[in-house]
Amino acid sequence: MEYEISLVTAVGISVLFALSLNLITGFCGQISLGHAAFFGIGAYGSALLCKVGLPFLLSLPLAMLLAGGFGLVVGLASLRVRADFLAITTMGVGFLFVGVVRQQERLGGEMGISGIPDTGFSKLAFMLLTLGLCVVAALFSHYIRRSWMGQVFNAIAEDEDTTRVLGVDVPRFKLAAFAMGTALAGLAGALYANNLKFISPDSFGFVESMTVLSMVVIGGIGSVAGVTAAAIVLSLLPSLFTFVGEYKLLVYGGLLFLMMRFSPDGVTGALRRAMAHGRR
Amino acid sequence: MKPLLSVNHVTVRFGGLTAIDDVSFEVKPGELLGLIGPNGAGKTTMMRAIVGVVRPSQGSVMLEDLALNSLSIDARIRAGLALSQQLVKPFREINVQDNVAFAAGSRKTRTPTAALCHVNRQAERAQAFEALGRVGIVGYAQQSPKTQPLGVLKRLEMARALALKPKLLLDEPLAGLNSKEASALAQTIADINRQGMTIILIEHNLSEIMRICQRLVVLDNGRKIAEGLPRDAMNDPGVRLAYLGGDADAAD
Repeated sequence: MEYEISLVTAVGISVLFALSLNLITGFCGQISLGHAAFFGIGAYGSALLCKVGLPFLLSLPLAMLLAGGFGLVVGLASLRVRADFLAITTMGVGFLFVGVVRQQERLGGEMGISGIPDTGFSKLAFMLLTLGLCVVAALFSHYIRRSWMGQVFNAIAEDEDTTRVLGVDVPRFKLAAFAMGTALAGLAGALYANNLKFISPDSFGFVESMTVLSMVVIGGIGSVAGVTAAAIVLSLLPSLFTFVGEYKLLVYGGLLFLMMRFSPDGVTGALRRAMAHGRR
Repeated sequence: MKPLLSVNHVTVRFGGLTAIDDVSFEVKPGELLGLIGPNGAGKTTMMRAIVGVVRPSQGSVMLEDLALNSLSIDARIRAGLALSQQLVKPFREINVQDNVAFAAGSRKTRTPTAALCHVNRQAERAQAFEALGRVGIVGYAQQSPKTQPLGVLKRLEMARALALKPKLLLDEPLAGLNSKEASALAQTIADINRQGMTIILIEHNLSEIMRICQRLVVLDNGRKIAEGLPRDAMNDPGVRLAYLGGDADAAD
């Protein structure tokens, strides 16, 4: 049972992480290839805070604030670039994070941080907490989609210039998406660190950024249910098939390519088209 | 009467090219002003300088007492400008009515917090319905803009601009329409102006401009060459020269 509990917890953390990127890339249309950096900032933030004696639960909102704060700074820097250039900028941020952490002895350097104190939660309670936070994040995402903010995000994703001509302060909304998405990634990172009790720079590199982007794209950009389902399936794949773990980039890259070629709106879009076809 | 918009000595340069050269004019409240000129005269650049897409290297644009120069595009729109563009760009994933409702909700989309706190869009849909009625395409409300002809899209663009409840509408509407459609849309614009909307119309179609505008500003090669009542402006030798080319006397 213990194995299943830790598997479900890990899957829950992946879902939370994927939903966080969905706010930025899925809703607002801003591609990020360095999202793992914010996952890492949350993980390192929470790990260090817990090691100096802060309670685990208190470290969660602080990790969110920290990641969201960095997210705002990166967002501000990214306001001047769009599309491909934004992708490259965010990828740079991802490499920068790993590069800095590797060099900083205070952050554990290459060895990472181990011996993160016990959360006081049983494995089962930790799993339930993670799943509860997933539900809250999914409901929040769903609410955003229905709100006027969701409409603005859709508009920005489709045509930024026209949105601006309709009086919308586009940069502020992009920053809001970055802040919310990166804060949520920070929360997922904090859970990750406290679940494993050990973190190292390798867990927050380019492969993780690509993995989470695959979840969002394959699930169907912007679809909360689709992204959740894709995050569950894709995070289970490496445990079910060992070769997926060994060839992660190849498998996820291949899936990304197939999606972009045959169903740019993801599995959700493919299903919708299949259903529409079936009704005809 | 105090002008609604004043353009003072505006110059726009793109590298070595002077697209607008020291142009000044005013728009009075309630007026339908035609901004005309041959191709390349600088009409669209002038409009972009007013809206803020391009920044003048000299001169200023004032909306009532508000200096627009330092404001971003969206801030100018929130201050009371609206733009109906030559190239229509509807949001293709939502229907015609929701396209207009999005503009009608500009109060709710002013800040991310306000946008996050509001879900209901019934009032905006009602306003959208009314705006679609004003431009005569209420029957298309539930349809997707993906499948609409240009004439409907131009009207959608206008309804969206009207839904912003602007003080001044900048309109570049008739390009690409056939003469019947252009004439019908020009009539709609004249009707909207009669209801109290101040409009600057940027146009190539001289016959429609002459028919509906109360006053013209004529540009050529980035300079203002005439201003006044339509008939007077069009009889100006400089304007005839600009449109017909060659010698102004020969044109007589």
